[in-house]
Amino acid sequence: MTQARLAVELVPESRPFGALYGRNITAVMQRSWMATKNATWVVIVSGFLEPVLYLASMGYGLGAAIGTVQGPGGVPMSYAAYIAPALLATSAMNGALYDSNNMFFKLNHSKLYRVMLYTSLGPLDVAIGEIIMALLRGLLYALGFMSIAALAGLITSPWALLMIPGAVLIAFSFASLFMGCITFIKRFQQLDWINMLTMPMFLFSATFFPLSVYPQAVQVVIQALPLWHGVDMLRQFAAGQVDSSVLVHLAYFVVMALLGITLATGRLRKLFLR
Amino acid sequence: MPHITPSLTSAPTRTGGVVTARGLTKRYGDFTAVDGIDFEVAPGESFGFLGPNGAGKSTTMSMIGGVLTRTGGELNVMGLDPDREGPRVRAHLGVVPQQDNLDEEIKVRDNLYVYGRYFGLKRAYLKPKIDELLDFAQLTDKAGERVDALSGGMKRRLTIARSLVNDPQILLLDEPTTGLDPQARHILWDRLFRLKEQGTTLLVTTHFMDEAEQLCDRLIVVDHGRIMAEGSPSELIRDYSTREVLEVRFGSDANAAAAQTLKGLGERQEILADRILIYAGDGEAALAQVLARGLTPVASLVRRSSLEDVFLHLTGRSLVD
Ligand SMILES: Nc1ncnc2c1ncn2[C@@H]1O[C@H](COP(=O)(O)OP(=O)(O)OP(=O)(O)O)[C@@H](O)[C@H]1O
Ligand SMILES: [Mg+2]
Repeated sequence: MTQARLAVELVPESRPFGALYGRNITAVMQRSWMATKNATWVVIVSGFLEPVLYLASMGYGLGAAIGTVQGPGGVPMSYAAYIAPALLATSAMNGALYDSNNMFFKLNHSKLYRVMLYTSLGPLDVAIGEIIMALLRGLLYALGFMSIAALAGLITSPWALLMIPGAVLIAFSFASLFMGCITFIKRFQQLDWINMLTMPMFLFSATFFPLSVYPQAVQVVIQALPLWHGVDMLRQFAAGQVDSSVLVHLAYFVVMALLGITLATGRLRKLFLR
Repeated sequence: MPHITPSLTSAPTRTGGVVTARGLTKRYGDFTAVDGIDFEVAPGESFGFLGPNGAGKSTTMSMIGGVLTRTGGELNVMGLDPDREGPRVRAHLGVVPQQDNLDEEIKVRDNLYVYGRYFGLKRAYLKPKIDELLDFAQLTDKAGERVDALSGGMKRRLTIARSLVNDPQILLLDEPTTGLDPQARHILWDRLFRLKEQGTTLLVTTHFMDEAEQLCDRLIVVDHGRIMAEGSPSELIRDYSTREVLEVRFGSDANAAAAQTLKGLGERQEILADRILIYAGDGEAALAQVLARGLTPVASLVRRSSLEDVFLHLTGRSLVD
């Protein structure tokens, strides 16, 4: 009895972001973990399989016809090794997309976020907790994919290990941005708008062939989009040919993540704590 | 129907209320959902909001919980302003929303556990607490089930149990017994009564007058966002109704004609579509007079006045339509 009240009294008088942040991100993560344990594992396994299947069919099927291509810094590499980092970046994005669909459900149908915000949690706890879970899943997929790639002999440089944190950063940024966007959506059908952006991004972000095949104007557009930054960054790591453009990619994702979290937190506050 | 100036709303002088509202107002655009209400709830009191659909009961509850920003007036919950210190206010509150919003993706027990975690409560505290709450809600044997395997009434009980996980000092109950069978309602009332004995302050909205009579020490009757009257159930009945009510039915076609003949009988009458209510100190005597006027009702019933009659008098409308 007294313990609960004690916990209440432990909340300081007033602190910055007091209404936004309840210092309790782990509670949100714990809930998410419990839900995952109850969920169908098929979905989780399919998220892992997707890039592996692409790698098998395109990398080895198509790769047999294409042979060796020029990677970053003009290094020759097998076609499978060329597309592997791009597939990893894409799966990080798609994982975040899948999670954002779940977030939509929790926002509009199960009202989970409303319940959370009617306790001592703040919108920042909810946003960060959910995004971290998306990120952990991204990490899991990255580890799985990297193991397969290593077994297939596609990992040739120690730099390639950086693909793992790289993929996690990509997942984090996409999850943040998607969560921010999801708060504006009211109906299930509108989720397809996000799909309509990710699908072409997957096909055109120098995933299967270099950017140089496009006219200059198209290149500029692609380079403005997030997935290209992810593909280029991971490909540099994979080839062990890292130049200063990686800093631009990193900065791009950090800014994207911050924007996403700010947007998501602000929107959750606006939606539920009017 | 002229508005009756509520006697107590003008100047409640008692101090130290756990919840105090002054001129509390909520507007949605041009529409005023809560129209400048005043009330004060004393610690350990059980306080009710009685009113029809759309009266502004849930809106008031949400403002108390700090999840809906008020448009005007003052609101104080345990010395805190819910608009500014929402999380701190909610740490003291247990909330049973009008609609169950359980976490369907996780198990019954986990619902309680996770909810406690949202309040930052520790596992060591939660483990015994959850067993106690499962017992309270009679859901011990459902602890391992998923929430979607529960019946509507079980879900309601789980929602109520969940609201108690942080040992709240104030419990907000928005139509707590909606969806419960009569037996479960009585059990719940009994449980709530026990909480009250332990010092928990209860704020209850309802449109069931029996619930209001059972649960509330004091209540306000609200309609269109305004307070129509305030007092204990018995005070309200005394002030706004007679001791007894005679209900007579003549069949829907004959009702209006009979009403003509009955003019002036009793202290007051309400002509409803299917029956006529005659308010009188002595219902049997009123019935004798009805018969003396040459009318033979198809059915007649003498009963004590209830809050339903108070509401009918104050608003000219039935509470449950
Ligand atoms: N978000 C909103 N926007 C506009 N109007 C609203 C909104 N929420 C509630 N209202 C209006 O405010 C009024 C009061 O609603 P409220 O839910 O508080 O009523 P209530 O007394 O709880 O009714 P019920 O018994 O049906 O639960 C209603 O007329 C409702 O239409
Ligand atoms: Mg309501």
